[in-house]
Amino acid sequence: MSVTERLILAVEKPLKEAIWGCRMCGQCILHSTGLSCPMRCPKNLRNGPCGGVRANGNCEVYPDKRCVWVDAWEGSRRLPLWRDHIEHLQKPVDWQLQGTSSWINLVNGRDGVAPKGWKPDAES
Amino acid sequence: MPSPSRLAGLLRDGRFVVTAELSAANSADPEATWRRAEVLRGSVDAINCTDNTGAHVHISSLAAAHLLVEKGLEPIMQLTVRDRNRLALQADLLGAAALGVRNIVLMSGDDVTAGDHPEARRIYDIDSMQLVEVAAGLRDRGTYLSGRKLEQAPSFFIGAVENPFAPPLEFRPLRLQKKVRAGADFIQTQLVFDVPIFARFMAMVGELGLLDKVFIIPSIGIPRSARGARYMKEKVPGLHVPDSLVDRLEKTAAARQADEGVRIAVELVSAVREIPGVAGVHLIGIKWEEGVVQVAEAAGLLPRPTFSPRASVGGHG
Repeated sequence: MSVTERLILAVEKPLKEAIWGCRMCGQCILHSTGLSCPMRCPKNLRNGPCGGVRANGNCEVYPDKRCVWVDAWEGSRRLPLWRDHIEHLQKPVDWQLQGTSSWINLVNGRDGVAPKGWKPDAES
Repeated sequence: MPSPSRLAGLLRDGRFVVTAELSAANSADPEATWRRAEVLRGSVDAINCTDNTGAHVHISSLAAAHLLVEKGLEPIMQLTVRDRNRLALQADLLGAAALGVRNIVLMSGDDVTAGDHPEARRIYDIDSMQLVEVAAGLRDRGTYLSGRKLEQAPSFFIGAVENPFAPPLEFRPLRLQKKVRAGADFIQTQLVFDVPIFARFMAMVGELGLLDKVFIIPSIGIPRSARGARYMKEKVPGLHVPDSLVDRLEKTAAARQADEGVRIAVELVSAVREIPGVAGVHLIGIKWEEGVVQVAEAAGLLPRPTFSPRASVGGHG
């Protein structure tokens, strides 16, 4: 890891962890999920909630925590931009990017790389 | 290639279909699976083989589905992303196709903490939406997710699930739309006990223009006892069981609760049949295949059509 990368991570990691509970997947889609980090979902769901969400909007796995996708839906309704991005089909997670800087991956386009067999016309 | 999906043929022919869930065996003897499945023969069009349902280990859905194929029964193989990564999922899908499985239903799966191995590591390498797209890629593009070519593409009739009763309710129809765009041909829903909420969900799905793009099959549960109904209400994630239903069973004498459960299920079948866009029903009698047969009969769903499907499968059409 280069010095620049380390410096950027030193800012990005604590900042995003503090604000969004970021899990450093390295391929941030917060703008598509109403600014609720989908990697906090115990099932790592990137495309919407599972069927186990409790009637009070809490998580199937952690009954005392609110479902990140209930937050995502409500958050997406409040966003001035990207409201419809919650409807986009999100490509599979590239686990090789875990722990790397999503800012760097965004700039160099690394986070936009889908597996070769993924839907050719998919939105991101 | 073996025969295409009969279920797909029936749905495309506009028939009201009946599917049912098979209680997965805990036995190395194939007879245990066949015995349960034989009860359903002639009463349903296709049979769901569950994938470690409720996060409890049972015989694999792939093996159970193949055992059904051997007996000339049509399986719907459920597959969750909970227990397998993208390599294992694709391997099992291709293997299932080679063993004659045509119908698949892809889902997230109940969390491991709901089951008998709560200490297990959950996988969730890809999500259920992405798995639908991966299955469509195998079928329509003839490639693995990596892009590598298959020698022969499978001919799946691809199913997914939706829970119209779990928050956020307004997002559920959009999530269903996402699954249709990813490649789902049919949807089996969570158990419907609350018909008005389900009807509202279907109306929203209709407004999105999805009713001619996907076949929607609501699940109807057959409560066998008041205790069972209460357990579902209090313990099963994502289930919405109205108090009135539990009350009704609790007011019934224990010996007659099973009959009352069948009556409730028959009423639910009649109610959902009236809702535009409902393409069939999926009957679930927990460890009670005989209940499925009773409901199918009392709801006037028998006899099931004998039907040879057209020679093609794949896509909605």
